[in-house]
Amino acid sequence: MFTIISIELYKIFRKLRTYISFGTIGLLGILILIAMLVEGKGYIDMATHKLKDSFSFVGNFLNGYLIGYLVLNTLTIHIPFLITLVAGDMLAGEATAGTYRLLLSRPVSRSNVLASKFIAGLIFTFLLIFFLAFVSLGLGLIVFGTGELIVFRPENLVILTSNDVLWRFLLAYLFAFLSMSVITALAFLFSSLVENAIGPIVATMAVVIVFLILANLDFGFLKYLKPYLFTNYMTTWNTLFDNPVDFSEFIKACRILALHVAGLYGVTWFLFRKRDILT
Amino acid sequence: MPGVDSEKVIEIKNLSKKFKNILAVDGLDINVFRGDVFGFLGPNGAGKSTTIRMLVSLIFPSNGEIKIFGKSLNENKNFILKRIGAIVEKPDFYKTLTAFKNLEILGRLSGCDTSKKRIMEILDVVGLADRAKSKVKTYSHGMKQRLGIAQALIHDPELIILDEPTTGLDPQGMKDIRDLILHLSSELKKTIFLSSHILHEVQLVANRMIIINKGKKIVEGSVNDLLNAKSLEVEIKVDDAGKSEEILKSCKPELKVNQLNEITLKLSVAENEIPELNKILVDAGRQVFSIVPKNSLEEYFLDLTEKDGNVHNN
Repeated sequence: MFTIISIELYKIFRKLRTYISFGTIGLLGILILIAMLVEGKGYIDMATHKLKDSFSFVGNFLNGYLIGYLVLNTLTIHIPFLITLVAGDMLAGEATAGTYRLLLSRPVSRSNVLASKFIAGLIFTFLLIFFLAFVSLGLGLIVFGTGELIVFRPENLVILTSNDVLWRFLLAYLFAFLSMSVITALAFLFSSLVENAIGPIVATMAVVIVFLILANLDFGFLKYLKPYLFTNYMTTWNTLFDNPVDFSEFIKACRILALHVAGLYGVTWFLFRKRDILT
Repeated sequence: MPGVDSEKVIEIKNLSKKFKNILAVDGLDINVFRGDVFGFLGPNGAGKSTTIRMLVSLIFPSNGEIKIFGKSLNENKNFILKRIGAIVEKPDFYKTLTAFKNLEILGRLSGCDTSKKRIMEILDVVGLADRAKSKVKTYSHGMKQRLGIAQALIHDPELIILDEPTTGLDPQGMKDIRDLILHLSSELKKTIFLSSHILHEVQLVANRMIIINKGKKIVEGSVNDLLNAKSLEVEIKVDDAGKSEEILKSCKPELKVNQLNEITLKLSVAENEIPELNKILVDAGRQVFSIVPKNSLEEYFLDLTEKDGNVHNN
């Protein structure tokens, strides 16, 4: 299976669309860094000015941790689109190009082909999150250095000391990988059903957007729907920046998202293993 | 006339495939023997590509059994596919990759030698060695067809399945593919399953063939036997077609003679009767300019498929 995974990774990283994803994240990270270099002090002052009457703020609040935290907040909406660009193409792209015929008439089981493609998709997702961490947290720490992380909550303000932050980021990025793996699995499922990559990209984004909207409509029967929307758990990484951290909620979200990944992959496998290849 | 040692390489029994309400393949039985160049003929939509897709596990039969190398395809898919090379319909590749890289990827998937030497050797066989490093998107249709054959050969398979390999090629390209098939069969001792609707191609390279229509077998047997089983259609050019028709009908009342124009007759006759007909006409004072056999696999094929439904075995 290692051979097929390496082939699939080679195919992914030979495509321009793969670099669109990395390029967009790189650009986003750099723009936020520049904006913070120019307007960062003003942002911190604006966020803390109401509290300055009661508290005295001492230390470097404009630091790499803050940049990393701000960029992580963009994850739910923007990164899924970049992931579907690649994951939505993984199977449908073979159908469009007519290369299913070459691939599936080789002495490799369909289960192995599917698993290898999915693992390659997960590796791409992991690398994208890792790159996100590098351009936000990594470059942020290089440019702005370390310091306390100030987290603004609607009801309170959380200030985390610099030696208490890194492990939270590590877990948050791993969680981000898990939640984005649900997007990968969903796009992969849609990709297995059609012969054109546009469909899976649009369908996955439609699901994410609809679920996000439904999750925000907190009335009537919709509030009973909320626990069943996977998007509802995708922001649970935020709890890692509470003090103290509610790990039970974090672990519950991890389990639900992992079940989604397994369930979506299971459905894809079930449909794909006996599907007639007519392209 | 089965292949050299009569070992069945492909054994298909009662194979059917239904897509919703359409029965694409209907109870097909085929036997291909080791060493055969087996022609698989039928008009468009006859079920040829569906059958080939079933042979390489791209689609799954609704009914029936496929045995290849004596083993059930359903239970021994990987063992069998390791020993099969196939082109299924038009040759598509990873267009942004070079021919070399495409073959390397496909060879690795087949678990075979993908050294530079091996890949260049195969590209040389199909005449693409000098374009090994070109991206496939720069290839002409003919070059893609040849690369299609290269990918089918990369893992040195015993059975080669070619689905309309000359489609879209110019006459030289068609001849090249034909020569390659003959080389693979006679020099490398490969068994070849050749699907085509260019029937003349099959006539030139195949030793055995089957004709199917609407998913059913129409006829199966050796190419020579099938062609000789039928009397020859000939066109005779003479100085006076009307008088010649009268002469022939009076001497051979059983002959069906049609006058095509003032100087041409068309008739159906056994090959060994042609000299006699010529003698009758010449002895009666008619001038015979030419006797041209019009029989071909094309006409034979059309004749059979028009009669669709009658199953023959030779």
